[in-house]
Amino acid sequence: MPDTQIFSGAFAEPVFAAQSVFRTVMDCMARPGTIGTIAATARPPQPLGAAAGAIALTLCDHDTPVWLTPQLAKSKLPGWLSFHAGAAVTAEKQDARFAFVEKGAVVPGFGLFAQGTQEYPDRSATLVIEIESLEGGRPLVLTGPGIRDEAMVGPQGLPDTFVALAGANRAMFPRGVDLILVAGDRILCLPRTTVINNREA
Amino acid sequence: MTTAASELATYNFAYLDEQTKRMIRRAILKAIAIPGYQVPFASREMPMPYGWGTGGVQVTAAILGPEDVLKVIDQGADDTTNAVSIRAFFQKVADVAVTTKTREATIIQTRHRIPEERLTTGQTLVYQVPIPEPLRFLEPRETETRKMHALEEYGLMHVKLYEDIARNGHIATTYAYPVKVEGRYVMDPSPTPKFDNPKMHMSEALQLFGAGREKRIYAVPPFTEVVSLDFEDHPFEVQSFDKPCALCGAENVYLDEVVLDDRGGRMFVCSDTDHCEDRRDHGHCGTMLAYNKGAAQ
Amino acid sequence: MYVAVKGGEAAIANAHRLLADRRRGDRALPSITIEQIVAQLGLAVDRVMAEASLYDRAIAALAIRQSRGDMIEAIFILRAYRTTLPRFGYSVPLETAEMQVERRVSATYKDLPGGQLLGPTFDYTHRLLDPSLLHDAPVDEALQREGGQEPIMRVADILAGEDLVEDDGALPEGHVPGDLTREPLEFPMPRDLRLQALARGDEGFLLSLGYSTQRGYARTHPFVGEVRIGEVEVELDMPELGFSVSLGRIQVTECQMIAQFKGSAKTPPQFTRGYGLVFGQSERKAMAMSLVDRALRAGEFGEDVVAPAQDEEFVISHSDNVQATGFVEHLKLPHYVDFQAELDLVRRMRREYEAARGDKTDSDIPEAAE
Repeated sequence: MPDTQIFSGAFAEPVFAAQSVFRTVMDCMARPGTIGTIAATARPPQPLGAAAGAIALTLCDHDTPVWLTPQLAKSKLPGWLSFHAGAAVTAEKQDARFAFVEKGAVVPGFGLFAQGTQEYPDRSATLVIEIESLEGGRPLVLTGPGIRDEAMVGPQGLPDTFVALAGANRAMFPRGVDLILVAGDRILCLPRTTVINNREA
Repeated sequence: MTTAASELATYNFAYLDEQTKRMIRRAILKAIAIPGYQVPFASREMPMPYGWGTGGVQVTAAILGPEDVLKVIDQGADDTTNAVSIRAFFQKVADVAVTTKTREATIIQTRHRIPEERLTTGQTLVYQVPIPEPLRFLEPRETETRKMHALEEYGLMHVKLYEDIARNGHIATTYAYPVKVEGRYVMDPSPTPKFDNPKMHMSEALQLFGAGREKRIYAVPPFTEVVSLDFEDHPFEVQSFDKPCALCGAENVYLDEVVLDDRGGRMFVCSDTDHCEDRRDHGHCGTMLAYNKGAAQ
Repeated sequence: MYVAVKGGEAAIANAHRLLADRRRGDRALPSITIEQIVAQLGLAVDRVMAEASLYDRAIAALAIRQSRGDMIEAIFILRAYRTTLPRFGYSVPLETAEMQVERRVSATYKDLPGGQLLGPTFDYTHRLLDPSLLHDAPVDEALQREGGQEPIMRVADILAGEDLVEDDGALPEGHVPGDLTREPLEFPMPRDLRLQALARGDEGFLLSLGYSTQRGYARTHPFVGEVRIGEVEVELDMPELGFSVSLGRIQVTECQMIAQFKGSAKTPPQFTRGYGLVFGQSERKAMAMSLVDRALRAGEFGEDVVAPAQDEEFVISHSDNVQATGFVEHLKLPHYVDFQAELDLVRRMRREYEAARGDKTDSDIPEAAE
């Protein structure tokens, strides 16, 4: 019997869905702190959420090894990614172009992933991290390219060390990873250029 | 034998296949994340010649959706032949809505100009770039220039600009004038006149650059510092024109010189044709237009 | 009065209509068929297939007809078409030792197993215009050898028997051959990618570069070990089936250029090779390619890089005629915005220059710096 979790759940209209998801990601990457909505629906195997699944279908293929958390790697997700996107899962964080972390999972250190080189800083990973909510958490102040003066966000469900992790990532510029935070069908991008600070009390 | 020819492939939405779009989209995201850095990408052969906007066309094709409204300009004008041709291409392969009005467009593909009207959030400006490497004219080797960017070693560029000053009293670069993005990468703004450089700085619009033949994509996100290289004793300055536009009377815009006759007759008119038309529609009138109107009465 | 340039769309449409008219030419003449181009202008078709990297004679002939015989235009049309084709997989390496040879010559041996086969060559034709071709004079049938043909030993294998020539070479462990059309170029590049670039490189450009090596710009003392033209099998691995299946046969031209090498601390003196492989029948291109390939291997053999043909970035960046023609020809696009910027600067500098000349006694005028 075919495994419906693996063979179903892709975009109904792949060309237009991928375009729409990409535009949302592009706009959010260009304007860190801006919350975007992923309109196209994908149904990846649990526990990965719909929006993260849609991002995977939009950006991953056989040219992009994908790293998954232990929980995701155990799920039907590797088969789903392989079938719908042609993307292979890698156990090596350094080899991954994309990494997916489901809600509640441990977020690995950013430095473990490919950072790109000084000559080719683009050869770095993009981390897609699902969290509880993009709002209502401890307020963070964002500055940097794409932000007029400063932006305020309050993501919930990031590790306590997040600001320090992001700071270390920023310090390596132009090398570094880029982040896409996902909650429900909403996303928030934090490219490596964004300076992230806790709001002063 | 001729059956082969009758089975020619049909083309995907926006011409590019999905795998190619994904590859370009990934490059665009990395370009945005590293402002001013040139991301190598596996540029495809397009059905138009290299050097005629294939980079811009690939970027536009990768971002374009059915909701978009596309404007294409060349030299600031919507009606130059190559702009007409590229616009027609996207109408054909993506059935996209097109406009000549800057403010109606969501995507503007351009060669050699930035529109006069201030771009806003939600708009994306796609530049066609012939030689993306600002250091190329100083060092022809990619292997060398890549090192220079990696080490942030831009002394050579300053030396070149300063040699200009020493020799001519001016920085002799009038277009494709190098800029520094967010204090890190020296970037080629494409061959726009330096008049347009200040428009790149802290622009509300996303700026994407595509170089097809040279296989590079780069970006300037909105609200990003873009500073034209200069010297304390020779600050960057833009071109200024003695007269306003002869058709719409606009000042502080970039003008084209139009030769009127073989006796040295010249007039200066807006290079941005939409801007000029819009002003005229709103009752602005330059000297030549007033003269023509007067003559008609 | 000034009239703004409008009507670009109509102008383009009319220009294309005129182009179609000129392409068709005199309507009293029958129009040339694709079959005629394939059959009677076969070497033109071969060049277009080779430099477009697409093996399809009928479509190449269509491109030639569409381009009015402008070869680079035809290559360009076929390349643009190729881009849109789905990629099903990569064939296993061609086995040119198994070639059904139609022509095979070696300059290094007087006679050798398999013999010298001249095949359909222009060599030794006297280049005197042939009046019989003005008319549709009947042409004799070609003489065919009796029976089938055994594979013919490659000359490189003869030398290899004595261990006097470098091996075919192997890709490093785990190296998957690259695909020039799918990955961005990066320098320095591995030889597999370099050969791909050369195989689709402009015949004229490679010819001139190869020629330059003979004239002393990176001389390699070359000998044509062998040029062979014929058909080879193209096979695709089918992991699902556990074996490879044949997709058909294609005609290729292969050149093995034998060059001298004095040896190094690690390698004894031996002959080295330059390699050329081209779709269809194109000896000139395959030979030029093999000369340039050998020249580009200077680094590998510790030779000084002193000449253009040895300079990988220079050669590979400029060998593609579709890129080259696009960029050279783009200069005819409007550049008046940039020109205006230059005009403004030159006028300003001229005013300053004249002001300075008119005021020569003023010693404050700075001399132009060195």
